[in-house]
Amino acid sequence: MNDRLAVRKTYKLYVNGAFPRSESGRTYEVTDAKGHFLANAARASRKDARDAVVAARGAFAKWSAATAYNRGQVLYRVAEVMEGRHVQFCEEVAAGEGLSQSRARAAVDAAIDRWVWYAGWTDKLGAVLGGANPVAGPYFDFSLPEPTGVVAVLAPQRSSLLGLVSVLAPVLAGGNTAVVVTSHQRPLPAVTLGEVLATSDVPAGVVNLLTGDAGEIGPWLAEHDDVDAVDLTGAPAARALELERQAAGSIKRVVRPPAEEPDWAADPGLSRLTPFLETKTVWHPMGL
Amino acid sequence: MTSVLDPGALSAQAPPRPEPLAPFADVTRSDAAVRAFLHGLPGVDQVGAEARVAVLGSRSIKTTAKAWAIDTAISMVDLTTLEGADTPGKVRSLAAKARRPDPGDPTTPPVAAVCVYGDLASVAKQALEGTAIKVAAVATAFPSGRASRAVKLADVRDAVAGGADEIDMVIDRGAFLAGRHLDVYDEIVAVKEACGDAHLKVILETGELVTLDAVRRASWLAMLAGGDFIKTSTGKVSPAATLPVCLVMMEAVRDFRAVTGRQVGVKPAGGIRTTKDAVKHLVLVNEVAGPDWLSPDWFRFGASSLLNDLLLQRQKLRTGHYSGPDHVTID
Amino acid sequence: MTDPFQYAPAPESRSIVDIAPSYGLFVDGEFVDGTGESFKTVNPATEEVLSEVASGTAEDVDRAVRAARRAYARVWGPMRPADRGKYLFRIARLLQERAREFAVLESLDNGKPIRESRDVDVPLAAAHFFYHAGWADKLDWAGLGPGPRPLGVAGQVIPWNFPLLMLAWKVAPALATGNTVVLKPAETTPLSALLFAEVCRQADLPPGVVNIVTGAGDTGRAVVEHPDVDKVAFTGSTEVGRSIARAVAGTAKKLTLELGGKAANIVFDDAPIDQAVEGIVQGIFFNQGHVCCAGSRLLVQENVHDEVIASLQRRIGRLRVGDPLDKNTDIGAINSAEQLARIRELTDIGEAEGAQRWQPACELPERGFWFPPTVFTDVSPAHRIARDEVFGPVLSVLTFRTPDEAVAKANNTTYGLSAGIWTEKGSRILKIADQLRAGVVWANTFNKFDPTSPFGGYKQSGYGREGGRHGLTAYLQGADRP
Repeated sequence: MNDRLAVRKTYKLYVNGAFPRSESGRTYEVTDAKGHFLANAARASRKDARDAVVAARGAFAKWSAATAYNRGQVLYRVAEVMEGRHVQFCEEVAAGEGLSQSRARAAVDAAIDRWVWYAGWTDKLGAVLGGANPVAGPYFDFSLPEPTGVVAVLAPQRSSLLGLVSVLAPVLAGGNTAVVVTSHQRPLPAVTLGEVLATSDVPAGVVNLLTGDAGEIGPWLAEHDDVDAVDLTGAPAARALELERQAAGSIKRVVRPPAEEPDWAADPGLSRLTPFLETKTVWHPMGL
Repeated sequence: MTSVLDPGALSAQAPPRPEPLAPFADVTRSDAAVRAFLHGLPGVDQVGAEARVAVLGSRSIKTTAKAWAIDTAISMVDLTTLEGADTPGKVRSLAAKARRPDPGDPTTPPVAAVCVYGDLASVAKQALEGTAIKVAAVATAFPSGRASRAVKLADVRDAVAGGADEIDMVIDRGAFLAGRHLDVYDEIVAVKEACGDAHLKVILETGELVTLDAVRRASWLAMLAGGDFIKTSTGKVSPAATLPVCLVMMEAVRDFRAVTGRQVGVKPAGGIRTTKDAVKHLVLVNEVAGPDWLSPDWFRFGASSLLNDLLLQRQKLRTGHYSGPDHVTID
Repeated sequence: MTDPFQYAPAPESRSIVDIAPSYGLFVDGEFVDGTGESFKTVNPATEEVLSEVASGTAEDVDRAVRAARRAYARVWGPMRPADRGKYLFRIARLLQERAREFAVLESLDNGKPIRESRDVDVPLAAAHFFYHAGWADKLDWAGLGPGPRPLGVAGQVIPWNFPLLMLAWKVAPALATGNTVVLKPAETTPLSALLFAEVCRQADLPPGVVNIVTGAGDTGRAVVEHPDVDKVAFTGSTEVGRSIARAVAGTAKKLTLELGGKAANIVFDDAPIDQAVEGIVQGIFFNQGHVCCAGSRLLVQENVHDEVIASLQRRIGRLRVGDPLDKNTDIGAINSAEQLARIRELTDIGEAEGAQRWQPACELPERGFWFPPTVFTDVSPAHRIARDEVFGPVLSVLTFRTPDEAVAKANNTTYGLSAGIWTEKGSRILKIADQLRAGVVWANTFNKFDPTSPFGGYKQSGYGREGGRHGLTAYLQGADRP
């Protein structure tokens, strides 16, 4: 019989490769599906969001310039490290989402496999989405996909791990950096994912995870002039319209929230990659 | 090497170098230096150059502007015959045409020069006596330039002795393409000296240089060596004069004058057959190098059939109706 | 010296166009009266009134959207794709047949030189229809995912700088992918769109497939905000783009925006200098600088600054400013009094902030809206003429010392539409092109356009692409990839 008293984890933010508490000092109580206390999560503030954007912008140049092969290996490494924490993720997902052990395991399996799927995409996007354009003149003209920049992601509220990975991994695969507001009620798998990212060769600042209320932080991100795109998938329904309007101020690319949270197990196709990719077209004369 | 020709030609193989132009004093001191200089000239983007001449070619030159352009073009023609079958009779006939291009209209200006092979220079000189029309003779083993320097210089002296006012020499394209720029330079210097008072036109044969980068380099080399004119082609190689080539050469003389203060003329030759072609060239001269070049002293057309088309267009402007080949004289 | 070679006037005959004293709206295949006031469209080169044009009200827009919806549901949507393509081929051919008429009309209404409307705008417009015609029955092979489907009714609002060409950029892909359109041309340049309506009739295009509602901002707003519009496409200012993005927020409307720019044209010391100077001129003075992708910021390497500026000034001195219908005119009229006022304001600010203004000696016509080609040197990145889109023939010259500095300065803008690079070093071109945050990078060329080549911006220059395979996705459902 094991009467050892467990060492509990302090759930913190993940910003610029470190695990700070919220600068505001605020936390909030996270419970399981039945309302039992699980942990106190950091409640990110607008200043945490600001710091996260600075970190994401700072990490963009290197991450976007990394070779696609390198980015693919980093994303695959995330899957490898997640696999090692499989049990922990299952427990957190089961508790937070109120799932049976087998359904929680299915969700974690799918989340890991999703990293693998996107890891394989990094070095195919240029070929699939780009190409040579046969212009009517003596020019070589080609188009290539490039990352949009810093993407603010309001992660799904219900699917705390698979949903999160489904919206985060494509942002990274394309070469963007991310500021993610996690599920408000179910933030714990996200924090654990942060620990995975921190040990998976993902450079600091490429992913920043803010636990807290998307309704509170979302507007700061939607209005932030140095954020290039927002994914409103997890936006509170009542706030989505206003967030989209705010995003218009700096002509952000916007992924609108679905009417209801989709089945994340479905094949995502390219639908979450292309919204965060720009097309660059380059012309050059062909002469002697 | 011993020469079977005039022994004096030997000493002329290595004439004293003229004082180089001030900004370029060091440029021709060695093959490496001249190469570094020529390759340091800005490159030419062929597509951009072609796009530029396409726009210039779309200029619409009408009424008074056209009348001016036609007369100016006539006055810039080096009326040319360079056939193996040329005879004194043919040259005299050409000279008569040069004096009075349109017998029906005495207001038609004479051409700039008659251009012949060196052995016929004296015939042309005689036939043009009393006019301002120049005699131009091709020389230096025209058109290939493949002969010893002694032979080339003898060729030049012979033509000058025959009365040529202008010598159209060819550069040694083989040497240029092989990177022996200094040989090309020295030869032009030698020919220039052999010319005496005769003006020297340096034919680059751009159709064999192929790239516009090479045209720009050869233009500078010819100007540095003292050429009075740079000329596109012999007319024996296709393509001969083209607008992009002329553009690059006009840029070269413009830039050369800006740095050295010395103005060099340009002569496109071969393939310019219509008034439209000629007007496009004049527009190019006007807009690229500027109006200073819009005179026979600084711009020439090396052509034969062009003159008749200019005359036909001139008649059309004068009479208001179209004419035909029987209304201009055959050369 | 006096110029011996004076080009005599060579005006294109305006008798080829027949401008009606007034125009209604083109709705459901007919010209109909609008329910609103009409407004005058003037020739900016002379201030002469060309015609009176109906101003579409919300009611008129509704009528047009209903016509477009009917045509979509009953005719255009169900039509065999190959037949849709054939209609577009017909339109392409009609534009070619009537090219001269369109060119003259465009120059009259817009003020652009006939050389450009004749050699650029109209041929490219025809090319856009020809290109997209071929896509109509090949969408399944476009690599855009399985079974691409049209969106429905597209509401399109276009600017005054390339009236017919922007119409073609909008209408051709929309129709090829099976959508129907309601198009609002710019207030100051409605005439070529109305002539295009006649082309639609000559092509026997089914009524309602293309509807043209003229008017100003309110008309555009009605198009954008109409609840039965499935797709909004806009080209114009970033400011209006913002308000449109706000207006469609919360709807299911798909939105593409092609907005402003402040492109850097980077000249390295090893550039092909004569072509670079041409590229600078083409980059900023093409279409009077009324070009969203204009190369309005010249970034020149410091060690060739003086040489480049001297060449540039010599070249600009030979530009011919004047009558847009003269075939030898290089720079025409500014499109409107309002735009002229903006250009004057920004250039005055430029001078006040300490930049040096240079303009060639050039005589401008007394009537009409004119602004001479202008170069500002000693411009610092903090000056407004280095940051704000002037949308006129005004070049700001900045310098750089190293490639990194060039890239940093080029990217130091909220825009990201286009950029230029001039160097003979291929490896450098590819590296710099990779680092520039701009949708179109012209290396050793500038302001080139082609229907096969995707065009569109990064950052606040907008989103979505026009042209090429990528441009089709703007008008298709579920097409999640270009």
